[in-house]
Amino acid sequence: MPELAIQTENLTRTFGDFTAVDNITFEVKQGEIFGFLGANGAGKTTAMRMLTGLLTPSSGKALVSGKDVYSEAEAIKKNIGYMSQKFSLYDDLTSEENIQFYGGIYGIPDKELAKKIDEVIESVGLGDVRKKLVRSLPLGWKQKLAFSISILHNPKIVFLDEPTGGVDPVTRRQFWEKIYEVSDQGITVFVTTHYMDEAEYCDRISIMVDGRMDAIGTPKELKENLDAVSIEDVFIQLARSAERGDG
Amino acid sequence: MRIIKFLLRKEFLQIFRNRAMLPILFVMPIIQLLVLSFAATYELKEVDFALIDMDQSRLSRELTAKFQATGYFKLELKTFDQSEAQEAMNAGNVKMILRIPSDFENNLSSGKQADLQLIIDAVDGSTAGLIQSYSSSILNDLSVSKLAELRIETPSQQIQQAKTINVISQNWYNPDLDYITYMVPGILVVLVSMIGVFLSGMNIVREYEIGTIEQLNVTPIRKYQFMIGKLLPFWVIGMFDLLIGLALARFGFQIPFLGSLVTILVVAGIYLVVLQSLGLLISTLTHTQQQAMFIAWFIMVIFILMGGLFTPIESMPQWAQNLTLTNPIAYFIKIMRMVLLKGAGWKEIQFMVYTLVAMGSGLLLISINRYKKTTA
Amino acid sequence: MNSFSGFVTKEFKQIYRDKRTLTVLFGMPIIMLVLFGFAIRNEVTNAQIGILDLSKDEVTRTLTQKLEASSSFQIRAYLESYEEVEGLFRKGDIKEVVVFEPDFKEKLIRDNKADIQIITDATDPNLANLVQSYTSNIIRDYVQELNETGDVQQAGLNPKVRMMYNPELRSVNLFVPGLIAVILMLISALMTSISITREKELGNMEILLVSPLKPYHIIIGKVLPYLVLSVVNVVTILVLARFVFQVPFQGSYFLFFTEAILFILTALALGVFISSAANNQQTAMMVSLAGLLLPTVLLSGFIFPVDSMPVPLQIVSHAIPAKWFLVIVRSIMLKGSEFILIWKETAILAGITLFFIALSLKNFKVRLQ
Repeated sequence: MPELAIQTENLTRTFGDFTAVDNITFEVKQGEIFGFLGANGAGKTTAMRMLTGLLTPSSGKALVSGKDVYSEAEAIKKNIGYMSQKFSLYDDLTSEENIQFYGGIYGIPDKELAKKIDEVIESVGLGDVRKKLVRSLPLGWKQKLAFSISILHNPKIVFLDEPTGGVDPVTRRQFWEKIYEVSDQGITVFVTTHYMDEAEYCDRISIMVDGRMDAIGTPKELKENLDAVSIEDVFIQLARSAERGDG
Repeated sequence: MRIIKFLLRKEFLQIFRNRAMLPILFVMPIIQLLVLSFAATYELKEVDFALIDMDQSRLSRELTAKFQATGYFKLELKTFDQSEAQEAMNAGNVKMILRIPSDFENNLSSGKQADLQLIIDAVDGSTAGLIQSYSSSILNDLSVSKLAELRIETPSQQIQQAKTINVISQNWYNPDLDYITYMVPGILVVLVSMIGVFLSGMNIVREYEIGTIEQLNVTPIRKYQFMIGKLLPFWVIGMFDLLIGLALARFGFQIPFLGSLVTILVVAGIYLVVLQSLGLLISTLTHTQQQAMFIAWFIMVIFILMGGLFTPIESMPQWAQNLTLTNPIAYFIKIMRMVLLKGAGWKEIQFMVYTLVAMGSGLLLISINRYKKTTA
Repeated sequence: MNSFSGFVTKEFKQIYRDKRTLTVLFGMPIIMLVLFGFAIRNEVTNAQIGILDLSKDEVTRTLTQKLEASSSFQIRAYLESYEEVEGLFRKGDIKEVVVFEPDFKEKLIRDNKADIQIITDATDPNLANLVQSYTSNIIRDYVQELNETGDVQQAGLNPKVRMMYNPELRSVNLFVPGLIAVILMLISALMTSISITREKELGNMEILLVSPLKPYHIIIGKVLPYLVLSVVNVVTILVLARFVFQVPFQGSYFLFFTEAILFILTALALGVFISSAANNQQTAMMVSLAGLLLPTVLLSGFIFPVDSMPVPLQIVSHAIPAKWFLVIVRSIMLKGSEFILIWKETAILAGITLFFIALSLKNFKVRLQ
């Protein structure tokens, strides 16, 4: 098993003459919780798309779990999990059916799948509503369900795109407890977030500004380097010099 | 493949759970079939007419009675005023004016030509043509019988005789000129086409709009598996609807089934794939359901109206008939009619089927290529 | 009013920026008119026929030539025997076989009477009728020529037929008004219904409803761009119809446009109603298709005459706005009718419009959904 979960070198993506991701070079160690921060429009989503095989880079190198994103995208997909902002569960299917569907897609054999369904239902606490359509579930439960589904097939890395958007602080806390559990099992967690306090929970974080990676390191290191009190402070200092951002 | 099984299960669950969609998938085609079959006809049922009888003779009254006796012609207005009759036609109250001049009976009984005037509302040319035909044959019958009487009553009188050519008509395969027999096979095609084009494509675009497409793109699902997952359910539903339609046609409408049912089903299967590929292609062109639907509708309306269902392909100018060569609906309608109504077999339809296969493969290949899993 | 004009501006911009849909919305009527004007006809051109000449004399050859010379027919096959007919029909291309009886010329001279048999492939009864009547017409013309040289009038009844409003029996004159209705229905109803439910689906509707905009503001704002679009389309179609297809226009332009706007409003009202009742775009679309467009094309008299339909369907057609509009438009364009002749149909259209507007408003208020 490779030491590095993610390895990029001068990874770039342009759209016409607009450079969304500008030569970023970084590494994510296997098993760590890596926070991927940045203002809106800084290039986070584009970068993540390249790493998950949704977008081909314009130039540069990237290896995910030791596999090349250019030539081995399909193999990468088998080994990663993904949870997007919208949670991407099927509204018109039940929780059970959603788990069954995604589990089957990832090749989990039937017997094991049946067991997993029960496990997930129990751990998320959906016992009473397992046969109800996802549409009727409150946001927090949808979020937990989506997360459980993303790690159903024991991926080596799980990518989380703003997973805690719009959820109350208690639920957010519980969610991060789950992230820790998952990380303890050796799964690398790559998470983007807006919440600066969540940045503190990560092993290492990076901050993207205008397509570049302007800072990377442990939260402690970053604060010391910029003589900041909180990550929020760090962020504000870096982001202030940004040209792109919310219009 | 296992992945396809899971995709199919999800699709079917979603389809059957969609309360609004179910009647559309299963009930609407049947209703359409029924309504269309009965509506799509040029037969004359009733012609309201106005009578201007300047002769007021026995003959003119007999003539009028003969028209009414057919059951097609209904006397709505009796007047001596031409403009009143004209007004009635302008207002749409009568479709025909029968004007009998004052020397009508005299002319006939003296063996001469007896003129009369028929003014027909020709806004609808087909109907007008039919009205003229029917009237002509009523008048012809009356003429012949009156002349025969005349010869018997006044054998010495010179009856002007000119040459005539008798036209005897024979209508094969559909001697009663029954529209339903003709329309139903074509209508079945149209119904199935709707499902084929719209639903698969719509569904893909819908996943785009909702956002689940991204989640699917990140999984190990391959392009072709995704496509099959989207196409197969609606293919099955389309075939199912067709079967019900065929059953209705056979037992409800008593359409003759001269040819082989198996042939029809095989061709139908191919045809559905062609249309689904078309819907698929359209869905790769756009990211919103609104656009996709609109483009699909545009194309479908053209294909249907040019497909020979409502107006004959033979009536089209050469360039339009050439265009028909690219119209899958036209092919299938022709095949349906040939097989069901004339008992045509593989020999007669094989080239058309090859064309359909070529179309389907072509469209499918292009759409698969266009459909990229990567969202850029 | 400010918020309203802002809203309307946004709607116009959204539509204007959607280039794909825009192309279709403007291009479609033109393409449809061209296609249907030239291609959808009930006239016969180049129908393929066969000749079985059992006589092969001067007269039959003359008649055959006349058939060949006519633009309606193309002689594709010369049969030698009756048995060939079935095989020919089964192949599917030949629509009619004209059979001249043996000793045709002699019979005509000697008995003043000879027989021609017309065998049609009546799987398409419409075509069979047409082909038959065209053939008969050619034969009848020939007979008249024959008799004129002898200066003898045929004894018996002689109808003189006059075709009013459309003397050449051009089907394009029948279809163009219908086309206007179909296109207007498509644009107004379909687009409106989808546009509104789209906002619902994406969640923007709530924002709109919470704003200072009143529900009827929202409806009018959504509907206005399509009203403009539709009027442009009507003008386009009319211009094309007049100058490219020579469709007559006997009546008043003012009356025509007034009625057209009324019908556009009817279609829009229906579109709004569907959107107020549907929850998502797919439903709105399918309901519009099944409930509006299809009936309009099939039951309104666009192609098939309403009078030919069985009575239950005729009753149903009364509920279809396009049916009334077609009567109005055909009257104005082809008959030159004035308002007094079409007030009834106009009133019905107005009634339908108001009814659906009222229903929509009710729906809108009741459901925040």
